[in-house]
This record gives sequence, C-alpha cells and structure tokens, in this order.
Amino acid sequence: MSSPARTTPAARLDVEAVRRQFPVLEVTVHGKPLVYLDSAASAQKPRAVIDAEREVYERYYSNIHRGVHSLSMLATDAYEKARTRVQRFLGAAESREIVLLRGTTEAMNLVAQSWGRRNVGAGDEVLITGLEHHSNIVPWQLLCEEKGASLRVAPILDSGEVDLEAFERLLSPRTRLASVSHVSNALGTVNPVERMTEMAHAAGAVVVIDGAQAAPHVPIDVQRIGCDFYAFSGHKVYGPSATGALYGRAALLEAMPPWQGGGDMISSVTFSKSTWNEIPFKFEAGTPNVAGGIALGAALEWLCGLGLHAVAAHEGEMLRLGTEMLSEIPGLRIVGTARKKASVLSFVLGDVHPHDIGTVLDHEGIAIRTGHHCAQPVMDRFGIPATARASLACFNDRRDLEALVRGLGKVREMFG
Amino acid sequence: MMDLRELYQEVILDHSKRPRNRREMPEANRRAEGYNPLCGDRATVFLHLDDGIVRDVSFEGSGCSISTASASMMTEALRGKSVAEVEALFQRFHELVTTGPEKAAGPELGKLAVFGGVREFPMRVKCASLAWHTMRAALEGGGRATTE
Repeated sequence: MSSPARTTPAARLDVEAVRRQFPVLEVTVHGKPLVYLDSAASAQKPRAVIDAEREVYERYYSNIHRGVHSLSMLATDAYEKARTRVQRFLGAAESREIVLLRGTTEAMNLVAQSWGRRNVGAGDEVLITGLEHHSNIVPWQLLCEEKGASLRVAPILDSGEVDLEAFERLLSPRTRLASVSHVSNALGTVNPVERMTEMAHAAGAVVVIDGAQAAPHVPIDVQRIGCDFYAFSGHKVYGPSATGALYGRAALLEAMPPWQGGGDMISSVTFSKSTWNEIPFKFEAGTPNVAGGIALGAALEWLCGLGLHAVAAHEGEMLRLGTEMLSEIPGLRIVGTARKKASVLSFVLGDVHPHDIGTVLDHEGIAIRTGHHCAQPVMDRFGIPATARASLACFNDRRDLEALVRGLGKVREMFG
Repeated sequence: MMDLRELYQEVILDHSKRPRNRREMPEANRRAEGYNPLCGDRATVFLHLDDGIVRDVSFEGSGCSISTASASMMTEALRGKSVAEVEALFQRFHELVTTGPEKAAGPELGKLAVFGGVREFPMRVKCASLAWHTMRAALEGGGRATTE
C-alpha cells in the first residue's frame, strides 16, 4: 500500500461535498442524525450508484450476452464496461481475467471448488493466517476435508500483525495454496501481501488474496502484488450488495474446470456433451445481477473519481484522530494496533459487553458493529468474545468521532 | 421513542454487575450449555433436582448485561420450584420478552417483569432468553441449547 505522506491541497478530500452525495446521511435514528460507523460491514451508497442502478431499470434493462435487440445490446455493453472498470480498478492485464460474481465469499468458494478440487490432494496443505474472516477459512476447510488435505494457520502477534516468520516457516512443498486477507476486517491490519505472495510463490504455492476490506481503502494492483487470485465485494466499495469480482490469472482460469453449470457458461450443449465458453464466461453460469454489476462499475468510477489516494489520506487522518480520541477514554482498549492499519477501530471498554455498547450508541443514532465480526478465531486469539468496532469511510469526519466519544460517555455513565 | 432505561432498568444493571449464583455446581445432576451464535454469548446452567424440585440452580458464562442479568435473576426465581412450575414460568417469561406481559394467565413474574422492555429491542430478545433456553435443555436431560 502506498499511502502518501503528504497530500497536495488539490488532492484533499472535500468531505462536506462527499457527505452530500449520500442520501442516507439525512436519515435520523431515534431522533438523532445518523452517524454511520459500520462501513466495514457494508458501505452506504452514494447517489451516483443509486442513480446508475435505477437508470438501468428505467431505460435499458435486459438480459445480456444473448439478445439481438437494442436493449440487450445496451445492457451487455454496459455490463462489459463494468467488467473493464473492475479490471482497471484491480490493475489486471486483461478484462477476461475478471469474473463477475456475488462477492468475495462466492469468489473464494469458486477458487476452492474449481482450482482447489483439481489441484489439492491428500497430504497437501492450504495455508491461511490467524486474522482471516470466516469466508477465508470455511471454503478451505470444506476443501481440505474432502481431499484429506490440512489447513495450516500462520499465527498473529499481539499487535494484530501476521507473524511473517511463522508464515514463511509454515510454507513447504506441500503447500498448494496460500490465502491471505489484504486487510483484516476485525483489526484493520494491512498485510504485506506483496512480500507474502513472494514467499508463497517461492514455495510453489498459488496465492489468493481476499480483498474484501482492502478495496474501499487501499489502491490495488494485482500485477504488482503478483498474486494469482484476488477477490473483492461490491457492497463494501459503495456498490450494490451481491456484486463483486474475482481476478484470476488467465492461464490459471483457462486450466480450471467450470464451477457451476448453466446458461452463458457453455459454447455448445448436446445431451452427450457440452463444451465450455471462454473465460471469464465459463465461470458465470446463469443470468447475473445485471443492474447490480453495472452499478458496481459506477461505484468504482465514483470512488476513483474522489481519488483513491485522497480517500486513503482522509481515512488515515480520521484513524489517527479516532485512535487518539478513543485512547483517552478510561478503560478503553483498542484491539489491533498494527503499524499499517486501515480505518477500523476495534475496541473493548472495561467490562461492558459490546452488545450493550452497541445498543446505547444506537440510541444516539450511532451505528457500529458489535460481535465477533465473522472472525471468531481472531476473538479467541485475543481472549475476548467480541469487540465493538467503529469503521471509518470517506464520508466520516471529526464530528462523527466526537459523537462516538460522547456516546461512549453515556455507555460509561450507565455501566460504569 | 423507547427510553433506554426501559431496557436497562436498575435491577438489571445491578444483577449484571453483581450476578447471583454465578458458580460451578459440582453436585448438579442436570446441566446444559447454551450458545448464542449471533453474539458469542455462552451460558452453562447447573441444576440440582431432587424429587422434582429445584433444590439449587447456578450458572456460568459470559455475555452482555441483559443475558447475565437474566441468568442471575432466573436462578433466584427458580429455586424451590417444581419442574412443572419452572416450565410454566419459562412460558410466561418467553411471552414477556416476545409478545408482552398483557396476557394475565400463568404464574406471577415478580421481579422478572423488569425484562418487559426487552421486547422493544428485537435484537436483544435472544440475550434475555439464552439462560432460560439453556435451563430448559438441562431439564430435558442436558446437552446444548442455542438461541437459533
């Protein structure tokens, strides 16, 4: 990740202007203006994305890749433009390396079941890290169970960083695949994925990067990372839910068997045999989320229009400020203190259970995530059942952090 | 707007900060573990049944203030009751946190009535009922209860 140490005034994010683009920020919750600090769970949608999806349905919605009529051609064209937008967003060499899917979870399952079933056998190993969320654990568990392979886990340090020495030590000629989060959802840790990819490649493993949390915060370049697969979800980058993509190196995708069968993924079908369409369509059976995919393209267009470096700089500043403000609260402990962090503040507050924190804050109009963040092993690692997590996005500002601190004051009043 | 104090009544806060009967019970002849997968709350409920009467009841576990207070107050409510009375109280409590206490039938809830505010907070109903479901699983012979 390259986070600019300084930003020129021109590159600075105009947060007030950004806020005006989110209709939901006008909503009140329990009579208070919404303070949305849960973008790591799912991001709110800017007007540009809402409009893009509505425009599809109002003006040119149709099925894609199969009609000769004008609407179908318009929809196909827009959908394929979205694919190209994803390609540029990820820095992939070719658009055929982009499989449009329902999100990161589906992408991980695709790799596990298509590449994994063909290439992982008895006695082989799959390596992940201790900070993974469930969608980068369970698909590999299913694969390993089926194939008699083992799942190995590189531990994390108290800071929430992966123990890189242990990661390297766990790699061996038996390691067929290593799958690592670019950014941890529960702790915010930004992993050194370039270096980890290099290590895993040196051992001969194929490398999957789970970019669900990275995509909204960190400029991504799959060619520079050098990974073989990269997955992300549309709903976390201000796009529609149930959209997302898998990048896969063309040579790997071509060698992989289809995953799901159906329309659009075939080139010919007879009752005795079917042949497969070319990549990426081989992995896109059935009618996809047409309008959602097109709106995902609009979301990336919008986000890149803000300037990814300006967004990262703003979120970095909010993270610094938030860390400072929360650290002053007696009894509050931030969980996850990696040197390189995305704008996630996971914390515990004395003996107060995160659910109680969440309920009190909700009454102040403040939305945070409480619980295990679909990363139970991370919670176990720190010996806590759950944390409260405030996650910051491009539209969050100092007032949101001040509201959070005031809200936590009310929590302490009630439970102190 | 629902006042938060309706949910977090003083007696609930008191029991969550100083839970009663939170201890292991080696002599228990019924026990069960409960788990709320949504939030990770865990509770183990211990019962000592003698002649169909709850002679002693205790719990262990970690959870939010609602689930801890609910477990604590449940142990106070159940001691000395027959299995049939316990079952009736379970039904009554369940009604209280889901549909409300308006229905007059059933045993008196006594102090447990403070959980009436929970039903305004649908996400917290499972917190209030975890210990009760676990207790019921223990009565039925042990094992695991989840709120799912």
